[in-house]
Amino acid sequence: MKTYICIVCGFVYDETAGRPEDGIAAGTLWSDVPASWECPECGVAKADFEPVEI
Amino acid sequence: MDQPLLIIGAGLAGWQAVREFRKLDTATPITLVTADAGDFYAKPTLSNAFGQKRGPAQLVTTPAATIAQTLNVTLLSHTQVTAIDTAAQVVQTSTGPLSYRDLVLATGAQPIRVPLAGAASDQVLSVNSLSDFAVFHQRLTSLGEDTPNIRIAIMGAGLIGCEFANDLAGAGYAVAVIDPSDRPLAALLPPTASAQLQSALTGLSVQWHLGATVQTVEPQAGALLLSLSNGQAIAADIVLSAIGLRADTALAQAAGIVCERGIVVNRQLQTSVPHVWALGDGAQYASAASPGAPTGRTLPYVMPIMAAAKVLAANLAGTEASLEFAAMPVAIKTPALPIVAHPPAPGHLGEWVEQTLGEWWFASADMPERPHGFVLTGTHTSKRMALVKQMAAAA
Repeated sequence: MKTYICIVCGFVYDETAGRPEDGIAAGTLWSDVPASWECPECGVAKADFEPVEI
Repeated sequence: MDQPLLIIGAGLAGWQAVREFRKLDTATPITLVTADAGDFYAKPTLSNAFGQKRGPAQLVTTPAATIAQTLNVTLLSHTQVTAIDTAAQVVQTSTGPLSYRDLVLATGAQPIRVPLAGAASDQVLSVNSLSDFAVFHQRLTSLGEDTPNIRIAIMGAGLIGCEFANDLAGAGYAVAVIDPSDRPLAALLPPTASAQLQSALTGLSVQWHLGATVQTVEPQAGALLLSLSNGQAIAADIVLSAIGLRADTALAQAAGIVCERGIVVNRQLQTSVPHVWALGDGAQYASAASPGAPTGRTLPYVMPIMAAAKVLAANLAGTEASLEFAAMPVAIKTPALPIVAHPPAPGHLGEWVEQTLGEWWFASADMPERPHGFVLTGTHTSKRMALVKQMAAAA
C-alpha cells in the first residue's frame, strides 16, 4: 500500500485507508481511484498528486 | 512584442494564476517576479513536515526552473519589486523596469509580530514561507536528536500554532503553547471543540500557558527565558511566533491602490486601478457570500486561492467571470484530533449548537436545521461533504 500527496495543499491519500466518505473503499489502489476524483481539501485533480514516502 | 502579463509573487496564488491562465491562453507572454527562489511547494505542509520527517528540500514539489519551463513563463527570481507606476503600466525592480499589459499582485501576507522586550527578542522565528521553514528546520535540527529535552515555545494557539504544536510534539519535542485567550482555536471553534483539541494535544505532552502573553525574551545559559504576563517564566530553546497573518499591502498602497485589511478587489479580482488585479492572502475579497457584512474579507487559505485563480484567469483572457465562493471548509492539520471548520460568513447571526460531541452547527435559534457554518472533529470529519451540501441547500 502506498500514499500520494496533493502537490497543492499537502492532503495525503493513503491506499490503506481509502476515502470512504467519497465512496472509495479502504484498500483502493491509487490507479483505481477515478480520474474525476478531486482533492477533498483544495479541489485539484487527481493528476496533481504525487507518490510520497511517509 | 506584446506587453506581458506580469505576476508579482511565486506562492500558490501567483503560480496558480499562471496555471489557470495558461489553460486559456498559451500565447501571451508571462513574466513572474519573486523575491525568493520561486520553487513550488504546498504551503500547508510547512506545519506538518516534522512528523513526516521531511526537510525543506523534500517539500519542493516542482523546482522553479521546471515549472517556469512547463508554463512558458519568464521567471525573475530573487528580484525585488520596489514600485508600481500604474499610469505608465511599469513596475520598478531591483534589476530594472518592466512594462506590463496587466499586473497581478500575489504578494501574500506577512506574519504579525508583536514587539517584545529583552535582549533575545530577535531570536523569535516565524514560519510563513519555505525559506522561513528552512531557517527553523536548520535551527531545530542543529540542537540534536534528544527531542524530549529540546523545548519549543509557540506563541499563538490559532490554526498555525496548533498545527505546529501537534507536528513538533508528535515528533517528540517538548512543546509549550502561549496564548492570550483561554483556549486553543478560540476564533474558529466552539468552546467544547477547543476543549477536545486541548485535551488531544495535552495527550502529546503539550504544555499550555493560556490567558497569557510573552513579554520579554532574554538569553539564559545558551537558551532563552520567556517572561509571561501572568508572572510565570518558561525556558525554551526555540521560540516560534504564530499569532496571525497580515496582508502585505505595502507595494499596492504606495502605488495608490485602495487597500483596507488587504488589497481591495471586486468580484472580478480587479483592484481600484485598471489593469491591476490581486488574489491570495494579500487580497481582500468582496463579501459575495455575506451581503450583510460591511466590507470584504481576507481568506488566507488554499481553497479561496484555487477559486480566485480560475476567475482571474478568465477575466485576464477576456471572458468576464465573477467570483462566487462555494462553501470552503478549512481542514486543520492536527492529527491528534483532525478538525474541519467552516466558520459562518460575517453577518450571519446565530450560535454554535452541539449536535453530538464532534459535530457543531452554527445556526440561528429560529432555524436550527439550517447551518451557516459547522465544525467537525475526529471521525465526524467524514461528514464534511454532506454538511457542505446541506449548507448549500439552506443558502
